[in-house]
Amino acid sequence: MSTDTDASSTLALGEINKYDFRTNTPSVFKARRGLDRDIVSQISEMKQEPTWMRDFRLKSLDIFNSKPMPKWGGNIGIDFQDIFYYLKPAEQQGKTWEEVPEEIKKTFDRLGIPEAERKFLSGVKAQFESEVVYGSLAEDLAKKGVIFTDTDTAVREHPDLLKEYFGSIIPPTDNKFAALNSAVWSGGSFIYVPKGVSIEFPLQAYFRINAESMGQFERTLIIVDEGAHVHYVEGCTAPMYSTESLHSAVVEIVVKKHGRCRYTTIQNWANNIYNLVTKRALAYEGAMMEWIDGNLGSHLTMKYPAVYMMEPGARGEILSIAFATAGQHQDAGAKLVHAAPNTSGRIVSKSISKNGGRSSYRGLVRVEPGAKKSRSSVVCDALILDDISRSDTYPYIEIEEQDVSIGHEASVSKIGEEQLFYLMSRGLTEAEASTMIVGGFIEPLVKELPMEYAVEMNRLIELQMEGSVG
Amino acid sequence: MSERLEIKNLHVAVEDQEILKGVDLAIGRGEVHALMGPNGSGKSTLGYAIMGHPSYEVTEGSIELIDADGTRHDILAMEPDLRARAGVFLAFQRPMAIPGVRLADFLRHSVTNIRNPDRKEGQELMPMRDFRGELKSKMKDLSIDTEFARRYVNDGFSGGEMKRAEILQLAMLRPQFAILDETDSGLDADAVRLASESIARIGGAEMGILIITHHEQLLEHNIPLQTHVMLGGRIVESGGPELAAELHKQGYDRIRKAYPEAAAAEEAMEAERRLETTTS
Repeated sequence: MSTDTDASSTLALGEINKYDFRTNTPSVFKARRGLDRDIVSQISEMKQEPTWMRDFRLKSLDIFNSKPMPKWGGNIGIDFQDIFYYLKPAEQQGKTWEEVPEEIKKTFDRLGIPEAERKFLSGVKAQFESEVVYGSLAEDLAKKGVIFTDTDTAVREHPDLLKEYFGSIIPPTDNKFAALNSAVWSGGSFIYVPKGVSIEFPLQAYFRINAESMGQFERTLIIVDEGAHVHYVEGCTAPMYSTESLHSAVVEIVVKKHGRCRYTTIQNWANNIYNLVTKRALAYEGAMMEWIDGNLGSHLTMKYPAVYMMEPGARGEILSIAFATAGQHQDAGAKLVHAAPNTSGRIVSKSISKNGGRSSYRGLVRVEPGAKKSRSSVVCDALILDDISRSDTYPYIEIEEQDVSIGHEASVSKIGEEQLFYLMSRGLTEAEASTMIVGGFIEPLVKELPMEYAVEMNRLIELQMEGSVG
Repeated sequence: MSERLEIKNLHVAVEDQEILKGVDLAIGRGEVHALMGPNGSGKSTLGYAIMGHPSYEVTEGSIELIDADGTRHDILAMEPDLRARAGVFLAFQRPMAIPGVRLADFLRHSVTNIRNPDRKEGQELMPMRDFRGELKSKMKDLSIDTEFARRYVNDGFSGGEMKRAEILQLAMLRPQFAILDETDSGLDADAVRLASESIARIGGAEMGILIITHHEQLLEHNIPLQTHVMLGGRIVESGGPELAAELHKQGYDRIRKAYPEAAAAEEAMEAERRLETTTS
């Protein structure tokens, strides 16, 4: 890192601090440290949940306790008894920002959420620690029957719709962290887009962890009805602490006949966060599900968004960017399951490793028996910026049908001396040249993002690149 | 502003093999020099060494820029980007592809740095409107379609497109000293004529140019003050434009006979290269 105190580096430092700040926010309620039946019951009680949900939580806790830690992926060094599982930051959710406690409102101001809301969003949910503290939805969408609320509210207000899908796409038995989320979940988004309704501007949720040793376990369920269309965006950040925090979300999505859903994640976690997330979508006849997954920051991320193509003509696309720098391991990837004929899928993964960071692509393409004429292509490219960083590829392909077309390409490259020399011979510094090469590397994915997010993504990558050269 | 590029007794090694064995060359601003010689004689090595390629190690000698008042700048002490900012340019024989980076974005950054040599990372780039206007007019001068600026740098370019992109960069960056490494190779006769005209228009009295070529066509509109012949890592003979014509027509037999020592060095280097290709 440069020691200059010129305007540019001062600005850059300020930009990093944009995410790394803490606020003094008194909590309304904070459960004691640790995880057991009492804590789980207490969360359920605080939320005044129906019995079925409390039972679901307790059963999930048993499943969590019975499952061993995954032996693959990253090294998960969490002491589950050292985490706070539930922290309620405010009495109630604000319908206007004025109703949100001042310090929390300031937090989201600094993160630019109200401004984005005014400019280009159809609706916003802002989650602080365990609860959604602010929610909005454009009036015309509400009139058309669109539901965009936090999942706790949905348990109370839309029980039938919620119960039909909740935990059916990702059951607690799916994996240890899905079980953990099922036991202690809090917050997250619940979205229902009625038949034929197309939402022009994105709905956005922002997840902020502020406290130390915190666990955030939002639970999101999105139902896109026949012929409907939605773009949902989530952003996640937290300040840096010396102890570990845990973010373990579950996201379930159903896209019905000819519906379209695009789910974009841009997360920039602090280096002390374990980010262990399960995301899965079911796509029915002619439906389209897209995951765009930008993974920056965190100590360890394990995340493999999945699309199960359930009926003919369903399509699934997963575009993933991972950036691992010092002290970070991005074990990210994708999963496509062809469960019906004439389904098509595409995975594009781009990973960048520098300063000793490690990024892995881990992906599965599975074709079920009878899923004739299915097509899938997987392209994963890794860029390694120096000799101390690492990149791995773990592609799994399971094909139980003859009449299919599956392609897989992988490449690993280092930033070439020749490329650097070429750009430097045109007056770019080594750092500028590296940043430009990395920007070009992820360009094919960034250009898929709406303009505002593309700008944000490029800026985050530039921040990661700072200080990358000598 | 520097008036002369001066190279003295330059020795350059690549992976411990000495390629240049004492090159002397001085180019003044406004002058055109041609550098010819058989393949493998060290012409491109000279270009890379002047620009500062990290694999080309200068083991002896100097490369300096000399201002009108006599101030000398040792460019060997500079990283390639600082050499570029000091006014040196190399048109690559085989430019590198930078996938995902648009030619216009790259050039805007490059032009900004070179015109403001003191610019720090992260400071404002040249205003988009000014840059676009200038780029458009330069592209028109060179008969390059404006769509070209939106393509990724050298990515999937044909040989001819790459060379035109290099000339466009030359036109935008307006260096004080330009080394054009076989900017005519891979071009058909019409394209070479166009390149020759373009370079003449860009160059003029403001630029010192070293044209590395095997042919005389590129020199048609860029009459060299001097033609230099390189053999076995040395400049063995210098002459006027007629020397370029002679070498183009008759090849290097006369030169090899006249300079047996350099010819022997060339053969030794050639033998070593052959050995490397067969053993690797």
